[in-house]
Amino acid sequence: MIVLQILVSIFVLIVLGKLFKQWHNEKITLANFLLWCLLWLAVLLVFWQPDLTSYLANFLGIGRGADLIIYLAILVIVYLVFRVFVRLQKLEKDLTKLIRDEAIKNAEKR
Amino acid sequence: MKIFVIIPAYNEAKNIGKVLQDLADLKYQVVVVDDASQDKTSEIVLKFPKVVLLRHRLNRYQGAALETGNQYALKHGADIIVHFDADGQFLVSDIAGVIKPIIEDDYQVVLGSRFLGKKSELPKLKEYIFFPLARLVNYLFFNITTTDPQSGFRAFSKDVAEKLKIEQDGMAHCSEILAKIFQHKLKVKEVPITVLYHHFGQNFGGGLKIIKDLLFSKISK
Repeated sequence: MIVLQILVSIFVLIVLGKLFKQWHNEKITLANFLLWCLLWLAVLLVFWQPDLTSYLANFLGIGRGADLIIYLAILVIVYLVFRVFVRLQKLEKDLTKLIRDEAIKNAEKR
Repeated sequence: MKIFVIIPAYNEAKNIGKVLQDLADLKYQVVVVDDASQDKTSEIVLKFPKVVLLRHRLNRYQGAALETGNQYALKHGADIIVHFDADGQFLVSDIAGVIKPIIEDDYQVVLGSRFLGKKSELPKLKEYIFFPLARLVNYLFFNITTTDPQSGFRAFSKDVAEKLKIEQDGMAHCSEILAKIFQHKLKVKEVPITVLYHHFGQNFGGGLKIIKDLLFSKISK
């Protein structure tokens, strides 16, 4: 376990570094920065104190800590897929409008 | 009275020449929307100087092409807009019958229907399985009942064009237009038309895609 813990820690530190850089360059807002920091720190915590998740899982009525993590992960992924989907629809719509306007404009020139 | 005939075309080089030839003798303003065809559709259309050619730079599908035609027509003073197919399935002589209720009887929308009297040679599978299913979908989604659920032959007056704005880029626009007709309680009439089948058109997979598009459009709004 200890090897994995060290590897994950290094990975999380790199991610946090990148996040800090993005915030520093004003690519993301402070709120976003803090939210992502919190998330990755939580990941760190879970890897160093795996029992924590079990307490939480038991509290929520789920058998094992690992199960809780999977459930949460699926929820987050479904939410993100939904966001991407909505975004994609908007892009498709915008693209159609762009192509339509261009087609109408070019016809008038002819 | 200015009547615009909108023809969406995607890789229709084989058929569009004949359709435009048939239309040439009539006094309609024809607008072809070439939806980024890879064949010679555009070149053929350009041989007809009176026909307006609109070209989509990327393929945006039939619903999007129709809406492009609608917007062009409205911009150029159309009184009545007719949707027509590029593949020669419809008869040019039926256009007069489709616009007549708008001109004479104050109807706002007219839908061409394959199932009202006139003889169309419909594949059996379509007549007894696909269309009843399509009608069921239309009924379940929009609570509408028409005899021809997927007709691409329709006409409407400019006053209602804004209400019938097509937002479904894909093939779901047929159901979308029907839904909007009923939603806005437009004065609508179905008239018989003839449809010639050279090929099957939408297959079952296409039908499923329409249902998918309709479902997703309800989610993403």
